[in-house]
Amino acid sequence: MKWETVIGLEVHTQLTTQSKIFSGSSTAFGAAPNTQASAVDIALPGVLPVLNKGAIERGIKFGLAIGATVNRVNVFDRKNYFYPDLPKGYQISQLAKPIVEHGALKIHVDGEEKTIRITRAHLEEDAGKSLHEDFHGMTGIDLNRAGTPLLEIVSEPDMRSAREAVAYAKALHNLVTWIGICDGNMQEGSFRVDANVSVRPLGQAEFGTRREIKNLNSFRFLEQAIDFEVRWQIEQIEDGHKIQQATVLFDPDTGETRMMRSKEEAHDYRYFPDPDLLPVKLDEALIEEMRAELPELPQQKEARYQQDYGLSAYDAGLLTQSLAQANYFEAALKALGADAAGAKLAANWMNGELASSLNKAELDFTQSPISPAALAGLLKRIADNTLSNKLAKEVFAAMWAGEGEADAIIEARGLKQMSDTGEIERIVDDVLAANQKSVEEFRAGKDKAFNALVGQVMKATKGKANPAQVNEILKRKLAG
Amino acid sequence: MALSQQDIQHIARLARIRVTEAEAEAARGQLNSIFGLIEQMQAVDTKGVEPMAHALDVFQRLRADRVSESDQRDKFQAVAPAVENGLYLVPKVIE
Repeated sequence: MKWETVIGLEVHTQLTTQSKIFSGSSTAFGAAPNTQASAVDIALPGVLPVLNKGAIERGIKFGLAIGATVNRVNVFDRKNYFYPDLPKGYQISQLAKPIVEHGALKIHVDGEEKTIRITRAHLEEDAGKSLHEDFHGMTGIDLNRAGTPLLEIVSEPDMRSAREAVAYAKALHNLVTWIGICDGNMQEGSFRVDANVSVRPLGQAEFGTRREIKNLNSFRFLEQAIDFEVRWQIEQIEDGHKIQQATVLFDPDTGETRMMRSKEEAHDYRYFPDPDLLPVKLDEALIEEMRAELPELPQQKEARYQQDYGLSAYDAGLLTQSLAQANYFEAALKALGADAAGAKLAANWMNGELASSLNKAELDFTQSPISPAALAGLLKRIADNTLSNKLAKEVFAAMWAGEGEADAIIEARGLKQMSDTGEIERIVDDVLAANQKSVEEFRAGKDKAFNALVGQVMKATKGKANPAQVNEILKRKLAG
Repeated sequence: MALSQQDIQHIARLARIRVTEAEAEAARGQLNSIFGLIEQMQAVDTKGVEPMAHALDVFQRLRADRVSESDQRDKFQAVAPAVENGLYLVPKVIE
């Protein structure tokens, strides 16, 4: 039987506010335990939450960026459960009236565009951290993270493969960092993904029973966890078992998912509106202020790069994978004073040589040892035919190694492409004289002999001749 | 609707309250009378009335995003039953 995978994601993004969502404590990462936990955060009796405008503003920005409804009135609810890192015994969240509803995000997988609907995004507070190392058989609790503002972004079950889920998670990660509402640091837990996964026979309308994989903190784990889960579910069904709704954890060491709790133990959260917080009303002025603060969005830039510079959808997509990349591209273009041809050249080098070097060195575009202006310096020498592609790569490597600007390296290494036709002709004559055998073979119809002659000329010029020019001169001389 | 003994035990478990059978029976009577009151209110025709999320007809005031709290860990932990290395210690929650 053919199976279809159905995936929906819930993503917790930590917002970039200075202070917590309901208290004036700092949200800075890495402080000594419980030094950023105020009376509100540790839930001392008599305290009251006071809502942070910065969290509301970021929620609005996200809603606008995904073309969603920003609910002019939204409400905070209590989600009740007991756990030691949740001192109040409830988490303040939004259930019936979240700040954002009905948005969408476009993704690209294998050259195909697909729209993933976003059901809702709601504001809530994070819990503290439980440390299960041995404290004389007890658990240690750090409440620094308690009360940190989160925007939980919930998609529709619109993804059909692990790769689509990863593409969506990456697009979302790009967007929230692009508009500056989240720092996107996955190691520090600023962007955490839960995946709801089910399978059904291809063509069946109803969804299968889903299991939820919790707390995936890397794109690689997301893909591995879904792939494992899908195989496991199909095996279970083919063996005659039924899938039970459950929450599972992914173990990166084994690459497997394992049950955390079944539906029978599932929580009964008893949500109700938090009487400590009034409904939130968003006035139009604030929404317009947030709209004005939004930068040109990734998809807008992607479309503009194609339209203005004639870039392919593929190149434009790569250049708008992150704000750092787009900024780098635009800075390089500015330094280049470029037209469409220059833009294409810049895109090729950024997406090729530079991207692969950065990737190898595990750097991002903001950390590139070659600045946009320096790359533009190299591109100028390619555009004016000073450098062949081969020589350009050599100059690039030298620039990467910190040997200076392109022009200085070209000068110091004598890498200028030979454009003096007379000199190339002289070398071609020498090569022809020294390789009579190849000449005869060529005249006898052996095309390979021609390539050997080109090789000899390139060798004699130490690779500095323009291969197209060499071809042309050789052809002319051999014909004559 | 009338609550059963089972309902009471379930609610008590969710609230992490241990109740004896006699206490549960007393609570059942009280909760049932509250449910009676709710039923009475639900009989009122509220067609055309916008549901309210709060008894007060006003909206939430917002606080500027500024850090205003300082570290008071020592004071808070002076009244905690068990602390170590700045952490609150609680009975182990996972095996």
